[in-house]
Amino acid sequence: MISIDLIQQTAETLMDKAAIEIPDDYLDGLKKTASQEDGDLSSFVLQAMLENYQAAKEDRRAMCGDTGCPRWYVKMGNEAQIEGGAIALEAALRRATANATNGVPLRPNRVHPLWRTDHDNNVGIGAPEIEYGFEPGGDWVDLITVHKGGLFGTDYRMLFPSDGIEGIKRFYLDCLVAFGKRGLACQPAIIGIGLGGSKDTCMVLGKRAACLRVVGDKNPDPKIAALEDEFKELGNSIGMGAMGFVGKSMVIDCNIEVGYCHTGGMQMSVHAFCLSSRRAVARVFGDGRVEYRTDPDWFTDYQRRDTVEWNIPENQTKSA
Amino acid sequence: MEHSGKPNKIRLSTNPTNEALSKLKIGDIVYLDGVVYTGREGVYMRAIEDGEPIPMDLPAESAANFHCSPAAVQNEDGSFNMGAVTATASFRFSKWIGAWFKMSGAKLILGKGGMSPEDYKKHFVPNGAIYLTTVGYGTGALLGRGVKQVRALHWRKELGLAQAIWVIEVENFGPFIVESDLEGNSLFERENAKIAENLSKAYEGTRPAVLKRFGETDDRKDELI
Repeated sequence: MISIDLIQQTAETLMDKAAIEIPDDYLDGLKKTASQEDGDLSSFVLQAMLENYQAAKEDRRAMCGDTGCPRWYVKMGNEAQIEGGAIALEAALRRATANATNGVPLRPNRVHPLWRTDHDNNVGIGAPEIEYGFEPGGDWVDLITVHKGGLFGTDYRMLFPSDGIEGIKRFYLDCLVAFGKRGLACQPAIIGIGLGGSKDTCMVLGKRAACLRVVGDKNPDPKIAALEDEFKELGNSIGMGAMGFVGKSMVIDCNIEVGYCHTGGMQMSVHAFCLSSRRAVARVFGDGRVEYRTDPDWFTDYQRRDTVEWNIPENQTKSA
Repeated sequence: MEHSGKPNKIRLSTNPTNEALSKLKIGDIVYLDGVVYTGREGVYMRAIEDGEPIPMDLPAESAANFHCSPAAVQNEDGSFNMGAVTATASFRFSKWIGAWFKMSGAKLILGKGGMSPEDYKKHFVPNGAIYLTTVGYGTGALLGRGVKQVRALHWRKELGLAQAIWVIEVENFGPFIVESDLEGNSLFERENAKIAENLSKAYEGTRPAVLKRFGETDDRKDELI
């Protein structure tokens, strides 16, 4: 049984970490990008960002004043049992979000869409979002918080099979050019692309590709992995860098996730996880252990399964 | 690729003289000393559309209007805890900026992403004002370090924490980049134009979508949201 107090306490720590500490994979990616940038202004911006991450950690203050919209991804091992059940879990995550908003502090970004009511705690109708996933085996729950920022950088389009890769590339470039001007996408960013599914799942896939995969990992389908590399290079070749200044720093990494779609369509979404790629992860075990990390490790073989039944791979049968 | 070397770094008062402003070139890096106040759509609507008197002596108190909502809280004892500070995109405030200059006497507009060349020509140049953009746009922690203290918080009840007027004493507050100068030249416009020259190469081998959308453009010089 996983203690609900431990979940809330861990969630509050995660809120703090996500807002303040840039994940190492993104930091390493940005350092590499900065070392290759030769646009003077774009270079200046990247150096300022690197100093900013350092200042945030030293002072324990949020790395960006727009602290994004906190949300939660919860992944449960099939053996996990949570004290008080799912209702208690959701209450704990909402409490942690509200407490951290005043504690870190975070910007109280969440308002009613029409009445602009602000509870000053990032909690309201549908906020924070809490999404779920499950894994075979395991007496643990993964708590993942993502504070994605930005009103700009995301778009969706219904393409068709006849649009092909050339059409996918076109829409990808359209998004980078449109949202990259003046740096509205807060690039360089982790670009997530969702392909297929239906309109809503396509958006979910693309957002998760941007927020729940780390810089440097690859889609297990080698042809998709090749596309990821090609798209990263393509995005960095348009002549635009940080803040939309002349340069070549648009894309720290490009991650693509796919889902089976209607036979006549080819949905596509593009998402940009900005210079403040805020995510933090902890695995809370039934025996009270907590392990912190920055890789959500969301897209497992199980999450990407394409078969009716899930057959546990042989090397996992003993531990499961 | 332009190699004009490292950008100039300049310290500037938040009540700058016209002479100090005239020396600034687009692309210069600026750090501010003095007092800045936040003001965005909530403040503009209340002051301009509702005619509520601004609870500050402007521009004497400050000539620097920051398009910003800080990550900050007011403690129960009335003191403030300001963590990170980051600008919000300014183009959305175009409809109020002319009236705001008349009311506030602002000389510096600080924000994200600049405003349009039309806004600079029509409103900034006649009022002797320039636009400074934040960097990144995520240098919130660095900007937070430049905050000495919160002097006042106005219209907190009426507008909420994010939209209220935060009056902030600052020192070496930056970095900002000079986006528009006294003549209304724009750094973003200049960079957009340079980038647009080479865009067609990146698009080689791509194809427009089979099914078009209303209002769609293929002119990549257009700015779209």
